[in-house]
Amino acid sequence: MDLYSLTLTDIAKKIKDKEVSIKEVLDSVYSRIEEVEPKVDAYITLTQSQAYERAEKLQQKLDNNEDIGILGGVPIAIKDNICTKGVKTTCASRMLENYTPIYDATVIKKLEDAGAIVIGKTNMDEFAMGSSTETSYIKKTKNPWDLTRVPGGSSGGSAAVVSSDMAFAALGSDTGGSIRQPASYCSVVGLKPTYGLISRFGLIAFASSLDQIGPFTKTVEDAALMLNVISGHDKMDTTSANLEKVDYLKAIVNDVKGKVIGIPTDFITDGINKDVREAYDKAIDTLKNVGAKIQEIKLEYAKYSLATYYIIATAEASSNLGRYDGIRYGYRAKDFEDLDDLYYKSRTEGFGAEVKRRIMLGTYVLSSGYYDAYYKRAQQVRTLIIENFKEAFKLCDSILIPTAPNTAFKFGEKSENPLEMYLEDIYTVPVNIAGLPAISIPGGFDSENMPIGIQFIANSFEEEKLLNIAYTFEQNTDYYKNKPNI
Amino acid sequence: MNDYEVIIGLEVHAELSTNTKIYCNCTTEFGADPNTHCCPICTGMPGTLPVLNEKVVEYAVKAGLAMNCEISRFSKQDRKNYFYPDLPKAYQISQYDLPLCEHGNIEITVGKDKEKYKKNIGITRIHIEEDAGKLIHDAFTGDTLVDLNRCAVPLIEIVSEPDIRSADEAVAYMQTLKSILEYLEVCDCKMQEGSLRCDVNLSVRKRGQKEFGTRTETKNLNSFRAIYNSIEFEIKRQIEVLENGGKIIQETRRFDDVKNIGYAMRTKENADDYRYFPEPDLAPIVLSEEYIEKIKNALPEMPHIKKERYMSKYGLPEYDAEQLTASKYVAKFFEEANDICNNPKAVSNWIMSDLFRLLNENEIEITSCKITSENLAKLILLIDKGTISSKIAKQIFEEMFENGKNPEDIVKEKGMTQISDENAIKEMVEKVVSNNPQSVTDYKAGKDRALGFLVGQIMKETKGKANPQIVNKMLIEILNK
Repeated sequence: MDLYSLTLTDIAKKIKDKEVSIKEVLDSVYSRIEEVEPKVDAYITLTQSQAYERAEKLQQKLDNNEDIGILGGVPIAIKDNICTKGVKTTCASRMLENYTPIYDATVIKKLEDAGAIVIGKTNMDEFAMGSSTETSYIKKTKNPWDLTRVPGGSSGGSAAVVSSDMAFAALGSDTGGSIRQPASYCSVVGLKPTYGLISRFGLIAFASSLDQIGPFTKTVEDAALMLNVISGHDKMDTTSANLEKVDYLKAIVNDVKGKVIGIPTDFITDGINKDVREAYDKAIDTLKNVGAKIQEIKLEYAKYSLATYYIIATAEASSNLGRYDGIRYGYRAKDFEDLDDLYYKSRTEGFGAEVKRRIMLGTYVLSSGYYDAYYKRAQQVRTLIIENFKEAFKLCDSILIPTAPNTAFKFGEKSENPLEMYLEDIYTVPVNIAGLPAISIPGGFDSENMPIGIQFIANSFEEEKLLNIAYTFEQNTDYYKNKPNI
Repeated sequence: MNDYEVIIGLEVHAELSTNTKIYCNCTTEFGADPNTHCCPICTGMPGTLPVLNEKVVEYAVKAGLAMNCEISRFSKQDRKNYFYPDLPKAYQISQYDLPLCEHGNIEITVGKDKEKYKKNIGITRIHIEEDAGKLIHDAFTGDTLVDLNRCAVPLIEIVSEPDIRSADEAVAYMQTLKSILEYLEVCDCKMQEGSLRCDVNLSVRKRGQKEFGTRTETKNLNSFRAIYNSIEFEIKRQIEVLENGGKIIQETRRFDDVKNIGYAMRTKENADDYRYFPEPDLAPIVLSEEYIEKIKNALPEMPHIKKERYMSKYGLPEYDAEQLTASKYVAKFFEEANDICNNPKAVSNWIMSDLFRLLNENEIEITSCKITSENLAKLILLIDKGTISSKIAKQIFEEMFENGKNPEDIVKEKGMTQISDENAIKEMVEKVVSNNPQSVTDYKAGKDRALGFLVGQIMKETKGKANPQIVNKMLIEILNK
């Protein structure tokens, strides 16, 4: 078996046990990238020289029998909206095409403290705005399961590299489903933790009250391992929660007897693909078979999540993206007459259509005279949705819903119609609105052999429960063992 | 002009004297090389997040308590969005609908002597916010350069009610604010460095008219003179416009301090839409009763209390007590000097006459004055002991102001010790009398002026060192023989 195809847990162990050298692992992954990347186009930047340099240092330490951390020597990919010191961080935008941060995001520091090696930065929708990675200014990433289809988005690159064994794990960010939906499309595990569990310091903001960093992995156990490394309070992010450190690997137990799984029957309606529906029903059966109780619940306001999301997210984005003005860094238009013209042209040329659409939407909903009707109202609905979930979790341990209503679509199929694209996030967005943790794991394949994802949601900071249930489901199905033929 | 009533409200920005900026650890020190006091956070680099400096909240609460405000137990920060090159995030973190302090008031004293009156000015709100950077225009190249050192230096904005009715009241209000902020040690109040500055909102209306007239806002005034002159200018301008049948346009204005004229910057017809919304990167500010109580108990003695104490304890007249306590630094200087020489009236006189005159002439603050409180006390002791005359003391004082020397050393170096030896003086008196027979005759004929002339001659001989009381006594004795 090739090294690159191992799980994060297994490769970390092999390195630690000195069964393989870190260089061998890197060689294996980079040669896999050389082979597959031309077809998939998932990386924006590769960082071989830094990676090999780091590998050598780590190997020396290991040879001296020093501790190199729980991810010692393991190659990991990073979504290109997470700042890496000295390595370009583009947000897949022309605006930041040549932008190199002068500092590391907190998650990068944590990963490196645990011994991980960053091997490259992955493609994404521009500024994480999109559900297919098609809005990237840099390149088009293909779904490893079918190169004519999108990998999902916005963290499409991260999902694709894990799915095609071009990394053992990757970081993504999830504002409205940007980790879970591509995980579903590419048949990998995608975890969106509770808002506040992981520091956002160094994550280039799209919508600050919704953004959350999370891991893509090949298994649920690997997700727990990643969470152990990247979670925790950060004094640089006052919205990060100050809680006692938890060992998430302890939740990796194949047993859900007595656990109550909530099924929101009023939320899962007809707009759903037949194969996805079948996979979902089958998932319910699987859980029943391993001893979970199934409980019908109501999420009556969840259907307003998308409307709420497109007001709050765009409002915050319109403010967060104001700083890209061509003055200090990033893209600057060549010919301009005066200051206003410099702003106007730099932003016109530097941003893509979807980003502009959202900046305009957000600017509109915040403008005086409209604020009460849109932004304020959206905040009120947000409170109702949070209450809805609170009530639901009085009845169940975890809520089960599909990750997305459809499987991966073809290039261009939805990019002409933003509304249709937005609807792909219908099952993922409520989780961000409520700040909850959720995980998407492989849950089957449609008639065209495209992956289907199943999503578990838990109450705030109940990642342990979430991982336990997801792990049990995973261990009692075989979907995760399937790999794309590439 | 008297047909019109003037309505003024002030928005004062005070830079807080915290060591570090409001959302990062950069120093707030003034005057460094451009762009050396900044980091990824205060320059708004992608991915960075603000972390609120707790000192900022403490200082703002102090100011709020000193100005009799209600302190919000729950307040939040908001984003004020606009594009400008000195604002690297394209939004300023400020407070919109839930400021830290609200509904306060301060008492001001306006005018002098008989025209003096007291008045309460309402404080609408005090909120915290971050400062912007600075643009520097290069006249030679035509380039505009950005210095981000001042970015995210903490500010409080103090908004008054429209209770002010004249330029004099506005200046008195500003002086009182300055004095309070200095006493609290929350702002260094260096107006020339821009750490205390104000915007003036002004409108006029016919007396008896109920509704306010259209107002204009004159921005960024950073001296008492500029505040006074800009208000006088704007009152005159608005009345002229109205008298000529015109309309006041709501607009933002600037005032040229040198040319003494105001001019319009931009009209507010398309009112700026700052699209305020709650800052999602910062948690709400929640203050406990204990926290507020603790700050309240630690407030220093405020100027009006100190003034009362100076009057009762030192027996100083109200005017003197007010002048001495207006600035915390002057009061400190006074108290330190008096602790040594125990002569409050003399210390007060020296400060109010000679020291204030020299500070004014040289345009320096008492904090950077070379005369120390200790040396002033020594000077007063030299007079009190009769070592020097008060006339000589004035010369010494000037020299102390120049070089900061100890008065005892100056006296020694220049041999300025007063001559009080009666025999020595008698000798001189006799010499002068015999050299000026005409004056002696005049004196005896009842011309008192002759006595003054003779004293003057003696002082000239002794270079002013003779003890004037003894000279007088001796002279009369000899003349009357």
